[in-house]
Amino acid sequence: MLKEYLSSLDEQFVSQNQSEQEWLRSLKLEAFNTLREIGFPVSRKGNEKWKYTSVSPIVNNVFLLSKPKDINIDEIKKQAPWSDDWYNIVFVDGFINKNISNIPDSGISVSSLGLSENSIGELIDFSDDGFAALNSAFLSDGLIVSIEDSFDTSKVLNIIFYNSGTELEFNNPRLHITAEENSSSVIIESYVGGSNQNSLTNSVTEMELKSSAKITHYRLMSESNNTYNVGYGRVRLSDDTEFYSSSFFRGANIGRYDLNVLVDGERSHCDLKGLYVTSDEQHMDNFINIDHAKPNSSSNLFYKGILSGKSKAVFGGTVLVRKEAQKTFSVQSDKNLILSDQAEVDSKPALFIYADDVQCAHGATAGNIDEDSVFYMRSRGIDLEAASKLLIYGFADEIISFVEETELKNFIEQKFLESLPSYKFEF
Amino acid sequence: MGKIMNDRNKKLLNVNDLHVSIDDKEILKGINLSVNLGEVHAIMGPNGSGKSTLANVLSGRPGYSITSGSIEYLGENINEELPEIRARKGIFLAFQYPVELPGVRTWQFLKSSVDAIRKENGEKELGVKEFDQLLEVHRNKVEMNPDLVKRSVNEGFSGGEKKRNEIMQLSLLNPTFALLDETDSGLDIDALRIVSNGVNEFKSESNAVLIVTHYQRILDYIKPDFVHVLVDGNIVKSGDGNLALELEEKGYEWIKESISSGN
Repeated sequence: MLKEYLSSLDEQFVSQNQSEQEWLRSLKLEAFNTLREIGFPVSRKGNEKWKYTSVSPIVNNVFLLSKPKDINIDEIKKQAPWSDDWYNIVFVDGFINKNISNIPDSGISVSSLGLSENSIGELIDFSDDGFAALNSAFLSDGLIVSIEDSFDTSKVLNIIFYNSGTELEFNNPRLHITAEENSSSVIIESYVGGSNQNSLTNSVTEMELKSSAKITHYRLMSESNNTYNVGYGRVRLSDDTEFYSSSFFRGANIGRYDLNVLVDGERSHCDLKGLYVTSDEQHMDNFINIDHAKPNSSSNLFYKGILSGKSKAVFGGTVLVRKEAQKTFSVQSDKNLILSDQAEVDSKPALFIYADDVQCAHGATAGNIDEDSVFYMRSRGIDLEAASKLLIYGFADEIISFVEETELKNFIEQKFLESLPSYKFEF
Repeated sequence: MGKIMNDRNKKLLNVNDLHVSIDDKEILKGINLSVNLGEVHAIMGPNGSGKSTLANVLSGRPGYSITSGSIEYLGENINEELPEIRARKGIFLAFQYPVELPGVRTWQFLKSSVDAIRKENGEKELGVKEFDQLLEVHRNKVEMNPDLVKRSVNEGFSGGEKKRNEIMQLSLLNPTFALLDETDSGLDIDALRIVSNGVNEFKSESNAVLIVTHYQRILDYIKPDFVHVLVDGNIVKSGDGNLALELEEKGYEWIKESISSGN
C-alpha cells in the first residue's frame, strides 16, 4: 500500500501547477526527491522520534492532493474558536479562503506563498522527516506573516485550518510567522473539521522571534475522529524573547506534533504547555524538543494528559542544554490521568545537559482518579459522576487556567472536556 | 413533629452487633451503639482499635465490608447506602486527613455540595450571590481566610486551615449527625479553640455529634454526654464524661488490664 501511495505521489507531483515561480518549483522538487529517498518514518526500535507511533494507518491510504473549496462561515464558527473582535484567517483544505478571512491591515504584513522566497523553509530541515518533506513537496498555500512592533496587541490573530473531511484528500498548509523586534502578539492556530471519512492534514509551522519579541501561541487540534493530523513546528528565539505556546489536543484519529524550539538567544524564556484529551481509539503523539544553545535563558515544559477508552498517548519531551548554554534554568513534567484500563501513555521526558552550571529538573506521572478524593466529595453529597467530573476538570484546569482569552477558554472547556465519556469507577 | 419528643423519635442512630472487615481482616467485632438527637458521644481508644473504621463505615466509605449486624439511621437500615446519599440525608464526616483536590476550587466544591443536599430536600439550587452570602456567614464563624475559598480545596492549606475548613463545612451543611474523626490532631491551642467553638455552636437538640479521638484534650472543649472506649474492635466500657478524664489519667493500659482481670 505504501508503494502505491508513493507512486501515486509521483504522478501527483508531476501534475502540480507548473506556473509557479522557479524557486518554489525547485524547492518542491528538492523536497520530493528527499521524500523519495527517506520515505515515511517507521516506528521501530532505535527510531526514538517515532518509536510509539505507527504511520502505517496513514500511509496505507492513497491520499489525493486537496483542491480549494468554499465554506460557509457559520460552519467555521461552529467548529473553531472565534470572536468577531479577532483577526480571523481561514484555510479550507490547505488554501486560504479570502472571502471569509479578515486579514489585518496595520502592524502586520501578510504575503502569499509565491512572494516568500527568502523566508519560507528557513527554519525547517525536511531531510529530517518524511512528513515535513511531503509538506514542502506539495505546498498548497501558506500564510506568511510579519508582525511589527506597532501591531495592536489587543487583537488576536486567529488562524483556522479547516478540513472539509473530503474522503482521502490530503492538504499541506504552511504558516510562517516572523515576530519583528519588540513586537508582541497572540496567535491561535487551530485545526478543526473533518468528517467520517479519512483525510490528512500535514502542516508545517515556522516561527521566528527577533530580539525582544513576544508571542503567546495556542495550538489546537479539534478535528473529528477520522482524520489524521501531522504537524511539524520549528521555532527560533533570539535574545530577550518570550515564547509562550500551549497545545491542546482533542480531535483526530491519529495526531502528531513535532515541535522544536531553538533557544538561540540569551535572557529568553520558552514556555510550552500542553493538554491532550484522548478517548475511543485515538492516538496522540507529542514530540517536543527544547534546544538551549545560548546561556542565561530558561524553559518550562509542562504537559498533561487525560486518557480514556482504548486511546493512547505518547509524550516525548527532550531538553537539550548545549555546552555554551550556561546558567540555563529548565523544568519539564508530564502528568497523566488515566480513566480506563485499556488506555495507555508512553511518557518519556529526557534531559541532555552538556553545560555544567545549570538548574534542570524533569518528571512524569500517570495515575487513576484518586479514590480518597472521590470519597471526600461523595461524603459531601456530591455523586460519583459529578465528583469525577470536578476532578477531571480540576486536573485540566492547571493548563486551561493559563488561557487568558475568554472565547478560547470556553471553546476548550466545551469541546475538550464536555465530550468526555462519564467515568465509571470500579472499587 | 409534635412539640414533645418521646424517646422513640429522638433516636438517630442504632448500631447493632456490627462486624466489619477490610480485606478479610475483621476490624470491628460486634459494635452496639445508640445515639439520640441532642447527644454528644465520644469514642476513645488506642491506635488500631478500630475508631476510624467505625467513623468511615458509618459514613459509607467504600472498601469496608459489613459481614454482619446493621446500621440504622433515622429508622432505616443504611448498610448498603451510598456515601453521597448518606450525606444528603444528614450524615457528615469531618476527616482526620482532609483531602487535597488540586484544580477543584473550594467555592465550586462547596456550592456543589450545598446544592446536592438542597436538591435532596426538594429545594432549588442557590444563586451565586445567595451562596456567597451564606458562605461568608459560616466562613466567619471559624475565622477562615476568605482567600482560601478561591483556591483549590485544601491545597497548600496548613494543617489548622484544613481542619477549620472541615468545621466550616459542618456549619455550612448543617447535618443531623456529625462524625468528627480525630479532629483535634495537628491543631494548636488557638485552632483547637476555634474548631471546638464551631462544633459547640453547631450542636443542638435537633442533631447529634460523635467524636472519635485518641486524646482527651478536645473533650475539655466539647463536653461529651457519653464516652465509649474501643479496644480491639469492641466497645469495652461506656460511661459519662468522667470516663475520659479517668482514661487520660490512667492510660489505655488500665482499661486493657481491667478487662483481662474481668473487672
